Amino acid sequence: MLSQKTKETLLGPLNVNNPVVVQVLGICSALAVTVQLKPALVMGIAVTIIVALSNVIISLLRNTIPMRIRIIVQLVVVAALVTLVSEVLKAFAYDVAMQLSVYIGLIITNCILMGRLEAFAMTNKPWDSLLDGLGNGFGYAIILIIVAFFRELLGSGSLLGYQVIPDSWYAAGYENCGMMMMPAMALILVGCIIWAHRSLNKEEK
Amino acid sequence: MEKFYQIWKKFGKNFEEGGKLQKLSSFYDAFDTFLFTPNTTAKRVGAQIHDGSDSKRTMILVVMALIPAMLFGMFNVGYQHLLATGQLGAGLTCALWWKAFGFGLLAVLPYIIVAYAVGLGIEFIVAQIKHEEVAEGFLVTGFIIPLIVPINTPLWQVAIAVAFAVIFAKEVFGGTGYNIFNVALITRAFLFFAYPSQMTGDTPFVRVGGTWGWDAGQLVDGYTTATPLTQIGTTTDASLMPVGFWDAVNGLIPGSVGETCIWAIALGAILLIVTGGASWKTMLSAFIGGGLTAWLFNQFGPDTAAANLPWYMHLVMGGFAFGAVFMATDPVTSARTECGKWIYGFLIGLVAVVVRVLNPGYPEGMMLAILLMNAFAPLIDWCVVNANSKKRAKREVKL
Repeated sequence: MLSQKTKETLLGPLNVNNPVVVQVLGICSALAVTVQLKPALVMGIAVTIIVALSNVIISLLRNTIPMRIRIIVQLVVVAALVTLVSEVLKAFAYDVAMQLSVYIGLIITNCILMGRLEAFAMTNKPWDSLLDGLGNGFGYAIILIIVAFFRELLGSGSLLGYQVIPDSWYAAGYENCGMMMMPAMALILVGCIIWAHRSLNKEEK
Repeated sequence: MEKFYQIWKKFGKNFEEGGKLQKLSSFYDAFDTFLFTPNTTAKRVGAQIHDGSDSKRTMILVVMALIPAMLFGMFNVGYQHLLATGQLGAGLTCALWWKAFGFGLLAVLPYIIVAYAVGLGIEFIVAQIKHEEVAEGFLVTGFIIPLIVPINTPLWQVAIAVAFAVIFAKEVFGGTGYNIFNVALITRAFLFFAYPSQMTGDTPFVRVGGTWGWDAGQLVDGYTTATPLTQIGTTTDASLMPVGFWDAVNGLIPGSVGETCIWAIALGAILLIVTGGASWKTMLSAFIGGGLTAWLFNQFGPDTAAANLPWYMHLVMGGFAFGAVFMATDPVTSARTECGKWIYGFLIGLVAVVVRVLNPGYPEGMMLAILLMNAFAPLIDWCVVNANSKKRAKREVKL
């Protein structure tokens, strides 16, 4: 269905060119919103939508944007989309929006966005840009979800807010690891993912 | 001995390239170096240095220095248990003395076993993967961990903390000799932040319940099992002095296993200083830094129990002395320049007392102080070396 090149555009960011674990972008929000799985999931979806749409819009405008003011044009587009997503979340998922607090607004400063706009959308056609945006958004979301999965499971004993560690374990002396609730542990988990990823992709050096 | 060595070497043939047990060669190598190397000395003519000291000998020296603190700590665990359960009404008889020591031995031994089993297990696995020799660095770490962990910490939590510390504080940096932070302290810090309910408050430091079901007791009404520093950290009475100076020095007070008795720590310190195993400069400057800071708080500090505590009490309470003697002097993570050691030790003492006095959430600051200064030790060394070369460059111009 897709040619080799478009396939690479879409699927590359999921693995060998992952924005978080290979390019090490977007780390700050990966630390901030991954205490629980639900906000991480929402954050991943929000970023995916914004990257994809802003990629398409900038790609459509790429031949008319003067080079000297391209950053500010990109910022205006991203800011408009972020505001839209933020309003939608506040209207339909108020609790999660409150949990994510400033981090939804701070998507504007997410390095993945500016990186994709500069590196890809400015020089590629809209369809490719859409795939690239989707791929990078998913690549970011995957890492967020893995980190949040372990942090919520080991730190709170629950997943998506539902308790999964049985009460009998707690009665037997098991305790949640408070370290998982701290941003430092998110960084160490991201480090572990990078470690595993590099060992699996040795030939990609 | 010679005969045993021959048999051992013959056994070792199995582990050589192409031998039956080649995959396990690092295991053989570990025990071989532990037992028999270095077995060469210089010829006994001429002016050579005859010392065969290496990192393994140094490690064993530190373990020997820790033994007084360990033995006393075991006794104290049992003694505190007897006190808290009201068995010492008629004074300490000979039978009760042995009961106290036996109780403490049984309570502490599992921690030693768990620390060594988990830590050495990981070291052996990593050595197999990296095709390296097993480094002896964990000998001391595994011995220190039971001494600085509260006696009521569940063993599985200790196991997780040791695994975390060995992997993330040591092996990822390249193993023994390359770690930035003191591995034993990372173990304690992990426990402190991951399971705070087991590390703070009144209950962690005295075992009231039994050990393996033996001698479970009930806490005597009104008896407090909080450590003196916890009492100071939580009190509203600005002139509280939970223990006297000599009580704190003798060490029959609640606390982590190895930290309470200053005499036992002093014995270890003397052994380390006499044999050159640890730097007296770091130790002395840590005490000077802590004492001076505490004295300043006495004079100008806020009106709280921690600030009003006399400066000499800060030096003998909690983990200050243990940290200054055994952990600040860790040759890998401390400053290496001689001048740097003075600065490094002084700042450890300073930060430890500042944390104790100004942060009510952390009644004990020694762990955080040493870990913080571990991070700054390379910077201190860099500054000292640079200052020295600048001084020499200036002298050159004058000539």
